[in-house]
Amino acid sequence: MPEPLVQSSWRERLQSARMILIMLLVLAVLIAYVSYSHPRFLSRFNLENLGRRVALLSIYSIGGSLAIIAAGIDLSVGSLIGLVGVLLPLLLVGHEMPVWQALPLVLALGAALGLLHGVLIAKFNLQPFIVTLCALLAYRSIARTITRDMTQGFGASFEGLRQWAVGTWLHVPIALYIMLGVALVVGFFLHATVWGRHLYALGQNEEAARYSGIAVDRLKIAAYTISGFLAGVAGVLLALDTNSVQPADAGKSYELYGIAAAVLGGCSLRGGEGTVAGIIVGATILTVLRNLIILRGFSSYIEDALIAAVILGMVVVDEIIKRRARRKTGRAV
Amino acid sequence: MPPSAALLEMRSITKRFPGVLALDGVNFTLHRGEVAAVIGENGAGKSTLMKILGGVLEADSGEIRLEGRPVEIRTVQHAIAHRIALIHQERNLAVGLNIAENIFLGHEPRRWPPLPILDRRTLHRRARDIADRIGLDADTHTPVRRLSPGQRQMVEIARALSLDAQILVMDEPTSSLSQRETDALFQVIRELRDRGVSIVYISHRLGEVREVADRVVVLRDGRNAGELDRNAADHAAMVRLMVGRDLSQYYRRGHPTPGDLVLELRDVELRGRPGRRISFQVRRGEILMLAGLVGAGRTEIARALFGLDPIASGEVRLDGTPLLLRNPFEAIRCGFALVPEDRQLQGLILDMTVRENLSLAELRLIQRWGLWDRRRERAEAAEMIRRLGIRTPSLAQRARNLSGGNQQKLVLAKWLKLRPRVLILDEPTRGVDVGAKQEIYALIDELARNGVAILMISSEMEEVLGMSDRVVVIRDGETAGELTHEQLSEEAIIARATGAV
Repeated sequence: MPEPLVQSSWRERLQSARMILIMLLVLAVLIAYVSYSHPRFLSRFNLENLGRRVALLSIYSIGGSLAIIAAGIDLSVGSLIGLVGVLLPLLLVGHEMPVWQALPLVLALGAALGLLHGVLIAKFNLQPFIVTLCALLAYRSIARTITRDMTQGFGASFEGLRQWAVGTWLHVPIALYIMLGVALVVGFFLHATVWGRHLYALGQNEEAARYSGIAVDRLKIAAYTISGFLAGVAGVLLALDTNSVQPADAGKSYELYGIAAAVLGGCSLRGGEGTVAGIIVGATILTVLRNLIILRGFSSYIEDALIAAVILGMVVVDEIIKRRARRKTGRAV
Repeated sequence: MPPSAALLEMRSITKRFPGVLALDGVNFTLHRGEVAAVIGENGAGKSTLMKILGGVLEADSGEIRLEGRPVEIRTVQHAIAHRIALIHQERNLAVGLNIAENIFLGHEPRRWPPLPILDRRTLHRRARDIADRIGLDADTHTPVRRLSPGQRQMVEIARALSLDAQILVMDEPTSSLSQRETDALFQVIRELRDRGVSIVYISHRLGEVREVADRVVVLRDGRNAGELDRNAADHAAMVRLMVGRDLSQYYRRGHPTPGDLVLELRDVELRGRPGRRISFQVRRGEILMLAGLVGAGRTEIARALFGLDPIASGEVRLDGTPLLLRNPFEAIRCGFALVPEDRQLQGLILDMTVRENLSLAELRLIQRWGLWDRRRERAEAAEMIRRLGIRTPSLAQRARNLSGGNQQKLVLAKWLKLRPRVLILDEPTRGVDVGAKQEIYALIDELARNGVAILMISSEMEEVLGMSDRVVVIRDGETAGELTHEQLSEEAIIARATGAV
């Protein structure tokens, strides 16, 4: 018995990667189908557009899923994107603030608000759902107040800055490079560092984590702070990309799309599960699906219902597979 | 026992889990109106066998016969249809609902039957009937949240009876009950038996088994190890069958002279217990036992020492230096380790692997810029598993799949990796079988010999007497006496714990 102990168990690893593999397969089939049935899908214009959307969704979804892995939830993402999104043009155009001040300022605002959520949740022991629900309501309202509900944009100026969101490098949207950077940093944090391991432990069993000397409170605060910061990044990209930010609408319901992508990518709302790679795959599936719906010429009203059906179907399949495995191994009865 | 045809026969039941053959051709017979105890070490297959009977798990092969006819029990619903009820180790009650609602959960009486309208009057009347039958005297409108563990156990039994069970399987029913509640439970078991209900009683507590069982079935390593009749089932015979050898050396050998003073509590006042002071000392290589009644504040002392709760006043000194322990990490850095009371909730992350659990507490100490040496982590984990004899198919096994005794050894291993100077053990052998218990005792003994100061909490009198060098009795949040090894006796401890001195 001593020998096999030291071997890594590839079967175990395969099992934990099962969801991602299935999702990758689904994605491959989906892309193959769309490319075949709608040649326009492969047009440069469409692919670049798709890349930017995948990048945006992935970035805030990765942030939000940190809260989910910590067995919490961050509902403030959409409103925070909206707030940062209107604030950037407001500061740059309305107040003529230099870019090097405005950009760090709005990003810091995202992080600071995330920090506030984290402190309220960890130190005051408030429920994440309630804290971030209040944030969702408040930030939307603030965004509409400070802009008097008027659409914000850069007009024809700030072309250079906007390249970060709309430009390409080597035919690949720059936003995708930003997403890749975010994914690498967060992925490293989650999968390679002690803190990542601790975050998973916290998500699965907070009590045991506390008894093991893990800095539970600090980890929770960090998760919400990063989520806030990445929502800020997404807000900046959204504003630069669309150049027309409506305070009442920008980023609306994005927190839910983020959660959907995370769940598709293997996060469990019970906490302690999920990978960055999975979330990106989930975000890509979601975006390609939307694209398909538009290409097929379905009414945009039906979009969400179709996506909901797909998500539900996939989650059901995953649950059935899990249940089979559990019955076989006698786990969790 | 009536020699009539058996009510239940389980024949050559085999069940394989990944890496483990949990049951290997096990046979089990149960007669009408008998109490059959199933005993065995953790991992012997008792719970697996009963989960198969209750439809929670499916057997790989084998046959189940009820009154001579083969039956299929593939789900819990099948089991219920065959009037088999499983009372789980884990409590399965909806604590926000009241007694009557819990008893009839899922099969509530309805006012106009096909319509799902609850008939509260009938619900409470029938709940009252069943509760009276088993001597549960609480009002059926009482929320389960307000019941004691013993009363909750009674609600579970009542629930099984409401399903008209003819076979009742109880898995460690007394693990959280007081002596009085246990006695009451045995009374109920006997009455049910006399009324023709057959009961399967799974327990580690051999004393209780002797008291209540008509027949004892012993499992070892997933096989039948033997059966004992009521009059043949003495303690030694049961242990011999369980472990396959005699256990002559159970507890500690000798009491080495303790070394320097390591830990000292001076007039420590726990939060929420104003005016009550605790003082005691622990030396190097000494096992100090905290004895006392449940709820006397022993676990609170452990939590306070580990930085989980602040102390209200007083001083904790380590090597003569006063400490301020604000969180568990600081306590760990000072050399404290705590093996908590509830290993599944506080000790382990059940869905993490054996390796991940082993390094959970040490990562913050060995990390540099958030990174650590994974190859060393693996090697050290394997080494710990060998040293403590933890039975697991691999390092990648999830902690959930280990037996209770092996889970507890895993918790111990996790803390031993840190080489603690003060090891606090809160009920380290609760729910652990005889064999694993002995291994844990040997380990604690060895640690003490290597100079670790050990502070142990135990409610098992034999353990207190057998393992301690010295005993401090805690009563109602304060020290109520100290007994050296020479002064130690059950009477002396009980007298101090209950305030009779």
